[in-house]
Amino acid sequence: MKDPILLDVRGLRTVFDTRAGRVCAVDGVDVIVQRGECLGIVGESGSGKSVTFASVMGLVRPPGRVEAGEIIFDGVNLRQLPPRQMQALRGRDIAMTMQDALTALNPTLTIGEQLAEMLAAHADDLPRSRSDRRRVIRARSVDMLTLVGIPSAGDRLGQYPHEFSGGMRQRIMIAIALASKPRLLIADEPTTALDVTIQAQVLELISNLRAEFGMSVVLITHDLGVVAEHCDRVMVMYAGQVVEEGPTERVISDPRHPYTRGLLASVLRPGLRGQPIRPIRGQVPELIDLLPQCRFMDRCPEADEDCRHLIDMRPVGPGRRARCIRTALPTTEKAKA
Amino acid sequence: MSVIETNATVAAESLFRRNMAAFMENRLAFGSAIVVVLFVFMAIFAPWIAPNDPYNTNLFFRLQPPVWMDGGEWAYPLGADALGRCILSRIIYGARVSIFIGAAVILVATTVGILAGLAAGYLRGWVDVVISRLVDILLGFPYLIFAIGLMAMMGPGLGNIILALAYKEWVIPCRVVRGETLVTRELEYVEAARALGASSKHIMLREILPNILSPVIVVATIRMAHVIILEASLSFLGLGVQPPTASWGAMVADGRAFILESWWVSTFPGVAILLLVLAINVASQGLRDAFDPRFTE
Repeated sequence: MKDPILLDVRGLRTVFDTRAGRVCAVDGVDVIVQRGECLGIVGESGSGKSVTFASVMGLVRPPGRVEAGEIIFDGVNLRQLPPRQMQALRGRDIAMTMQDALTALNPTLTIGEQLAEMLAAHADDLPRSRSDRRRVIRARSVDMLTLVGIPSAGDRLGQYPHEFSGGMRQRIMIAIALASKPRLLIADEPTTALDVTIQAQVLELISNLRAEFGMSVVLITHDLGVVAEHCDRVMVMYAGQVVEEGPTERVISDPRHPYTRGLLASVLRPGLRGQPIRPIRGQVPELIDLLPQCRFMDRCPEADEDCRHLIDMRPVGPGRRARCIRTALPTTEKAKA
Repeated sequence: MSVIETNATVAAESLFRRNMAAFMENRLAFGSAIVVVLFVFMAIFAPWIAPNDPYNTNLFFRLQPPVWMDGGEWAYPLGADALGRCILSRIIYGARVSIFIGAAVILVATTVGILAGLAAGYLRGWVDVVISRLVDILLGFPYLIFAIGLMAMMGPGLGNIILALAYKEWVIPCRVVRGETLVTRELEYVEAARALGASSKHIMLREILPNILSPVIVVATIRMAHVIILEASLSFLGLGVQPPTASWGAMVADGRAFILESWWVSTFPGVAILLLVLAINVASQGLRDAFDPRFTE
């Protein structure tokens, strides 16, 4: 029996040395991704979502660096992997799609060339002879494009990215990322640049492909609605830390961290017509020289002097953890805050 | 599904074709390009175009004036030089030297410059430090003095001229490529390629290079005019192509002694240099305006 845990990140710390000081973009983050599950990562801009997974993939570049932590992928510690093997693993075992589909494809290469390069780089079952290779790669490219719902795929291989709409480009990116059948797909805000109907289609597509390939998906987003619909588990990040994690349904119906509650309250929902949406006051703190206290303190409606110390994640239910000293409060009382 | 299908089939005109159309509309630049092409044809088909053998000396026709002056005749349309060689034929053959050296130097320099610039701009770190300092040092030398020094060291010869000029010329495409690479490497599709496991070599040559090619081509054409002048300067100083090979710079030098009584010996090759360089400059500026809008005022 295989280990049910595919990705196990412990105590990840990624820092950026800037002129203003050391920015700790990811500070002690633990992530566990099970085989075949979809994990949602939620948080506002600058909360460290993207940097966490850039660190996992070894894509953090100077002035940033991964300072501490273990990244175990399928039993292999990625932090100790030599750069060449890490490069081979990227794309083949873990693939990542970028935030902005409109700029994530190379404008000077055709879709066919970009797909073919990905297939040629990572597939090891291609025939030897050149013409056979080309034929197989072409057939697979057509398969992949058809899979992500590009009509008349064969004719479109010779087209350049600017000849496709935004939604199609996002699908093509997914097709390229999935070309090597990775075991883990990290989708970094796959829908931010798209309009609502196409968002739904792209997410549906990712869900279907997950089932088909049996891969795990990490969905990075700031849209709780997307998480609610597509993710088995959710991790809420704030200021470089995980503040709450657990099964999606439970976290959304009964959030235990004031930040999660704030996020939920600021989402527009049908049936709440006439009620004002409540934004969270203030901004994410600068991640330089943070005081040893709860990072959400300045924006938290429930904070008091007791919060002025470092707070660890604590269990708040089966499979659930939160980083707040008030997690024991009954939900009714929290609601009025 | 229908939403996606309807707005996907917007066929876009190719960028290259649009730029080419803009270039053709610029009459002056397009005309200059035609002049450049004519010079190239002249160089290629020199043996069929030239009225006389450029190396055939005939002292009876020594310093014969051009056809429209007293004593001129159609056999030597632009007159003859001090050894009685046909000036027009020598100019036609001289175009071979100028254009070949110009093109060869630019080819070598651009290739080296692209590779060095990509490495410096993409790999950064010590590679960038080494290449950029080398570029700074080379830029600190006056170009012609540097080339003269190298020619004096290596001795004359076609290959040596190309080397002597390319030795420094590569820094110019290198700086352009490095700058463009620094911008392009931060773009999303380069990051995406990294995330999908592309090697540095692949990213540099396949992802970045095609996207920065248009400023590189523009710079290469602009610099070609410079290189032609430099080659003429070296030949003028006697460090270039060796006699009797016809070279415009050397022809200008040959005529110096007779400039007062037989002005045509120096003037016509000088006019040829002027025409070709001017045409390349105007055409390349037209190319730049059409292909690289950022540089347009």
